[in-house]
Order: sequence, then structure tokens, then C-alpha cells
Amino acid sequence: MNFFILTLIKTGILLFIFMTTLAYLQWIERKVLAHIQLRMGPTRVGPFGLLQPLADVIKLVTKEGMIPSHVNKVFYLLAPVIAVTLALTSISVIPFGPQVEIFGVTTYLQLTDLSMGILFLLALSTLGTYGIALAGWSSNNKYALLGGLRASAQLISYELPMALAIAAPLLLLNTLSLREMVEAQQGYYFGFIPKWTVFQVLPLQVVSFIIYMISGFAETNRIPFDLPEAENELVAGFHTEYASMKFASFFMAEYANMTTISFIAVLLFLGGWHPLWPAEYGSDYVAPLIFFFGAAILLFHGLNPARPKDKLFMPPFGIVFALVGVLFLIPALKPILIPIFWFTGKVGAILFLYIWIRGTLPRFRYDQLMNFTWKYLFPVSVVNLMLTGLVVALMS
Amino acid sequence: MDVILFLVFSAIAVACALNLVVQRHPISSAISLVGVMASLAILYLLLGGEFIAMAQMIVYAGAIMVLFVFTIMLLNAGAEKRGVKRPWAVYLGIPLLTGLLGIISFLVQGQVQGSPPVILGGFTGGAAGDVGRALFTRYVLPFEVVSVLVLIAILGAMVLARKEIE
Repeated sequence: MNFFILTLIKTGILLFIFMTTLAYLQWIERKVLAHIQLRMGPTRVGPFGLLQPLADVIKLVTKEGMIPSHVNKVFYLLAPVIAVTLALTSISVIPFGPQVEIFGVTTYLQLTDLSMGILFLLALSTLGTYGIALAGWSSNNKYALLGGLRASAQLISYELPMALAIAAPLLLLNTLSLREMVEAQQGYYFGFIPKWTVFQVLPLQVVSFIIYMISGFAETNRIPFDLPEAENELVAGFHTEYASMKFASFFMAEYANMTTISFIAVLLFLGGWHPLWPAEYGSDYVAPLIFFFGAAILLFHGLNPARPKDKLFMPPFGIVFALVGVLFLIPALKPILIPIFWFTGKVGAILFLYIWIRGTLPRFRYDQLMNFTWKYLFPVSVVNLMLTGLVVALMS
Repeated sequence: MDVILFLVFSAIAVACALNLVVQRHPISSAISLVGVMASLAILYLLLGGEFIAMAQMIVYAGAIMVLFVFTIMLLNAGAEKRGVKRPWAVYLGIPLLTGLLGIISFLVQGQVQGSPPVILGGFTGGAAGDVGRALFTRYVLPFEVVSVLVLIAILGAMVLARKEIE
């Protein structure tokens, strides 16, 4: 098929799925946080509050897009565009699975594979700082300015340990292309321990993974590093003066950045789409089993309803889950869906970690945040990189 | 396609560079400079220098310019005031500048007449591996000298910035 049409189709599908995921990530976050705090979370809009993201989108789109009179208009309007565009661009190089054949067309489950994929992602993440910095500055508001300053200082500081933590596994994988990176992690030690970077013992890579995750949390301005939008000090930080879709753009950019950090973690450290244990031991049946299990629970509660409305909503969801489980068993779809399942499963686990930590940890103080990166994280990551380099040089 | 991209991004680079000079507010100038850096990165990419393009993006457009913007924000520098209007500066200056640029480019073109034409996409030695190998074999001495120089500069900046200890 024509390369151009194929790319257009892939872009369309990917964009649709990604945008929906971003919207529902917020629903998941609210639900998980609510349950951590013994609350219910959104329940009113649709069954289990499932239509809440849709309602939020409609609300945000129809709100009045107010522009305060004291802002620098050009940069005020430019900032959310920069933030969201750069955040969404990064999915274009992420590989979701291996080479597959769909309707006789052989293609990669990836939009494009750059030979400099990981550097491209790093470049996008550094440029993303401008969105936040400009938003804070152009708002002409002391809280916004402080938020913007904090955000840029934090991003610059944590970029260093993050880049160093990424460099260590790159020495082992010996490539900058994201697809080749995952392919280099194929195979198993002793037939069952996956050859993912994070399980490398010589040189030890768990340290790089932990440093990467900590700085990744700081890069996305999430708790415990969400100083740029600390409500009790700065109202809402850099987006204090933003309303309607302009505010939503920042929100979307934050969630997109979270997923990008998770994508990089999975591709670099957790073996991309490779399963946790080999297919000979039945890793292909994990996905259908999970979905069948979910379907069984939903059907059980639908038939023995605790609340009257459960009788209405649970069985249809159960049937959908069972059908999705059956899809994983169809031989033609298996080579496509199984890698995607493992990839999204790992990404989902890291995103869950994000939410879990948000529900658990308090916020750092600003001096603690800066001390932590410059006095602990940065030296540790330098030593880690040097040790990794030494071991790689000795072993080759 | 390559030629069109080259023309588009050269035009953007030149426009951003002009805007950098014309703008009165430091932030606007800084953001224009980011535009120049980013379009230069794309020009490098068109010429086959993949690694240089990404380094340009990360180091210049990213790190260095973020520090510029950060400093301008921190100092809260306002817009510069326009000086006294001198109409003859505009009417004389622009033709003179154009003429000077024309003469310089004519002279440069005369000097390097024998050089082969650039073929976009003709150069393929710009991958990270090639650059690294060149840096650590053929150019290892200049590379190390430059890194020592940068180290000295950092130490000097720290000494200058440090408060006096009695």
C-alpha cells in the first residue's frame, strides 16, 4: 500500500486512541485517588462515572475563553500551543509492537523509527519547558511567574540525572533507535528471566531505572515534585490565569508527558512489548485470562446485584470483557494483540505507580527538591554511568 | 521536496533572526533565537547531520535558551525604550546594509568558486556512531583540549560567583 496513505491511517488510529486514553487517564486517576482516600470518585455521569471525561471535555470546550487584560497576548496564547504540541509529538516515534501483518499489509506498530529516537524524545522534553516558562511569564501575575520559574528551574535540574540515567542502558543496548532498543532486549536468561535492562546484574541497571523514574516524576511536575503548582502557596502556579481549552491544553500536556515518561521507561528498561516470561510457559494466555476473570466478576455481581443499578450495567460490561478476551485467542490477531497487551500493561503499571504515589506522598519543600537532585541524584547518576561504562568496556 | 524544505526553513531562520533584532522585549528576542536554532537544526538534518541536528535541538534550542529565558524572567527585564527617532538612519542604513551584504557575499562566492555543489541527502556520515568515532580517533586532541577549556571556564565562573570568604 502507498506509504503516505498507510501513515495517515496509522496516525489517525493512534491519535484517536491516544486522546481517548489521555481523557480516561484522568478518570482513572480520580477513581484510584478516591479509593485510596476511601471515597467513591466520579459516579454520577454514566455508569461508574465512565462518561465523566466526555462531560469534562464538553464543559471545557464550551466555557468562555477569557483572556485577562494584563497579559502579554502573543505569548499567553502561544504557551499552551507549545506545551500540548510538543507533548503530543512524542508518540510519533514510540514503537508499540513488532512488525505485523494486517489485511496483507506488513507494517510496524510504530509511526516512524528515527535512528536518533531517544535523543528526539529528550529534545522534545527540553523544549517543553518553554510552554510552562512562557505561560508563567506572560500571565503577568506573581503566582504564575513564581510557578513558571520553579518549573523551569526544576526541569533544567532534573534533566541532568535523567539524561545520565538514560545514557547508562544505552551503553548496553548499543543503539539510539527505540525499536532496535526493544529488539536488543529479546530473550531470556536460564530460559525464564527476561533479558530486560532492568534485570541486568553486571552492570547493575536497577539503579539507573530508579534514578530515571525519580527524575521522570520531577520532569512531569507530579507529586512529590509538584512545586510549580503547589496550591497552598501559588494558587495554581503557571496556569493560574488560564481558562477553558487553554487550561485543558496544559492538563492534556501534563498527562501526555506522563505517558511519554512511562513509554521511555518501558522501552528502555522493561523490554518494550516482550512478555514477562516466555511463550512456552503460557505468557500468551495471560491477557485472555485477565479479561475472562474480569468478565466473570462482572457477570457474578450483575447476577447478584448489591445495588439495583448493577443489574443493568454489570452484565453488558462483562460480555464486552469476555469478547475482548476471545479476541486474544484468535490466531490471526494474536501476533498483533499480545505485544500490544504487554506494552500497554507495563505502561499502565507505571502510570498506576504515578497515581499511587500521588495518593501517598506529601510534597517536598523547594530547597529539599533542589538539594536532592544536585547533592544526591546527580552524583549517584554520574557514578552509575561511569561504573556501567567501565563494566561494558571490561566485558567487551 | 528537500529543496522546498530547505527554502522554507532558511526563510524561517532568516525571519526569526530579523525578528530577534527588531523586537524590543528581551523575551520576544530570546524566543526568536529559539526559532533560529530550531530551523538550523532542521537544516542540519537536511544536510545529513542527524546527530548534530539533535544536539543542536537539545543543547542550543533546549538547555542554553531555556537558561536565557529563565534569566530574563528572573531579572524581570522590561521592554527597551525606543531611542530618538532618526529617519535618516533608516533611509540610509537599509540600502547601505544591503549593499555591504551584497559585496561580502559576492567576494565569498568568488573565493570558493571551485567547491562542489551541495547535494541534499548526499552525506550519510552524520549518525551518532560516526560522530563518536571521529571525535575519539581523529579529533581526540582538539576534543579533549576543548573539554579542559570548558572545565576551566566552569571553575572560573564558580570562583567569580562565590561570595568572599574571610
